[in-house]
Amino acid sequence: MIAALFFYLFAGVCVASAVMVIASRNPVHAVLFLILAFVNASGLFVLMGAEFLAMLLIVVYVGAVAVLFLFVIMMLDVDFAQLREGFIEYLPFGLLIGVIFLAELLLVVGGWVINPNVTKSITSAIPAGISNTEALGLVLYTKYIHYFQLSAMVLLVAMIGAIVLTLRHKATVKRQDINVQNARTPALAMDVRKVTVGQGLQDADASEWVK
Amino acid sequence: MADIWTSTLWPLIVMVAQSLLVLVVLLIAIAFILLGDRKIWAAVQMRRGPNVVGPFGLLQSFADLLKFVLKEPVIPSGSNKGVFLLAPLVSCVLALAAWAVIPMNLGWVIADLNVGVLYIFAISSLSVYGIIMAGWSSNSKYPFLAALRSAAQMVSYEVSIGFVIITVMLCVGSLNLSAIVMAQDGKWGMLGWYFIPLFPMFVVFYVSALAETNRPPFDLVEAESELVAGFMTEYGSTPYLLFMLGEYVAIVTMCALATILFLGGWLSPIPFAPFTWVPGIIWFTLKVLFMFFLIAMAKAIVPRYRYDQLMRLGWKVFLPLSLGYVILVAAVLQFGGLAPK
Repeated sequence: MIAALFFYLFAGVCVASAVMVIASRNPVHAVLFLILAFVNASGLFVLMGAEFLAMLLIVVYVGAVAVLFLFVIMMLDVDFAQLREGFIEYLPFGLLIGVIFLAELLLVVGGWVINPNVTKSITSAIPAGISNTEALGLVLYTKYIHYFQLSAMVLLVAMIGAIVLTLRHKATVKRQDINVQNARTPALAMDVRKVTVGQGLQDADASEWVK
Repeated sequence: MADIWTSTLWPLIVMVAQSLLVLVVLLIAIAFILLGDRKIWAAVQMRRGPNVVGPFGLLQSFADLLKFVLKEPVIPSGSNKGVFLLAPLVSCVLALAAWAVIPMNLGWVIADLNVGVLYIFAISSLSVYGIIMAGWSSNSKYPFLAALRSAAQMVSYEVSIGFVIITVMLCVGSLNLSAIVMAQDGKWGMLGWYFIPLFPMFVVFYVSALAETNRPPFDLVEAESELVAGFMTEYGSTPYLLFMLGEYVAIVTMCALATILFLGGWLSPIPFAPFTWVPGIIWFTLKVLFMFFLIAMAKAIVPRYRYDQLMRLGWKVFLPLSLGYVILVAAVLQFGGLAPK
């Protein structure tokens, strides 16, 4: 009974905050509602017994991805009037995407209605007596190892791409090398000279001194 | 009716009572730990520290609490009020929520999760939201800069904490915190704890915990010489108190996590008679206090880092080091035949 209560709590808050993501006028509020939706979705994962996925959802999506998302939105100076202008223009695309999602949902739910046993026909059932972290590892690192490594490669390529796009070597920027800084000694940094009165440093000395 | 009572209501009441007990004990402990932090800091600087309220200043934290609670909360007119008030609650509640899975003795744990370590990792990665929300909703320059700094800092050091946790998990073969402690149990006492074979990881974890909880020398989030009081600039009275509370609870959580991962949790350091009679909770508390002492000493001794040095340490030193150690430990476990079943 408690499980059912929590299911409706998580599901209700999740749907409500998903609605608020698109309904709220302030983009920062929208992202905060998105985070609430993520957290509630992970609550639903816990109720299904998939606690490893639940925690990973929070660590990856809420802890890292959404932080960067929030970052970008907070730094952007969003002009609401300008956003509203393009609304009619983009409406067909929005409707198209909405219809596609709806069709997919209907297909999935329709599948359950036509054949109620379809949820039981999963390819790798969790063996009895082991935790779902272990079960996931047993499948991921044996049966699906190539897909796993392929997705890792895709992420690596994306990471390299992001670095290449943003890396700049400007000659004018002074870069600090900590090792060089730590290696500096008084002998290297200071030069004690005897200056004859009335003459000052000679030019030849001065150029060396500046260096 | 009796069925519902035994199956649902009674376990619920027990769980609520346990949670309240842990919360109350934890909050009272935090009051004295905060005082201890100030006393240690003062002693290093040859000052007396708080010594007026109560004997040896023992009641100082409670006097501070009263002062904070009785003052009027000021909400800036340009702030985003809902988020402004939500931020301290988020940071305090998240810090306290981590204690649901921390085992303080054999079986002394509210929720014995299979993925306890991941739960704590997830909760600590969420705690950045308290700071970001506070920084943004204050609608002020300094808090906003502090929030940007903090988000980058906490995300960076989480990576190395993650790898440290992975090394320990490789040795244990479980994500359950009680199982991690029991895996360190052996006839050699403290020589069997993970801080010896994984000593570099212990150091990485200690430094990353300092950075993750915004403690000095990594307290760039509230660097007073540059940012007034960082993300807390616009806060006062109870909301400020909640931030402080959340910060200290997060520090003690990190100490407890270090105790469980590396210092054998509630196990006795010397594995024979008079020492094994001491209850586990006492060993656990002593170890947590030892870790807190180390963190308090770091605050007293080390000067504040520069921001680029902080980022360099996180990404260019700790990340390769911890990643290399993960590979090393995995190789030793695999080819040395030591891998847990």
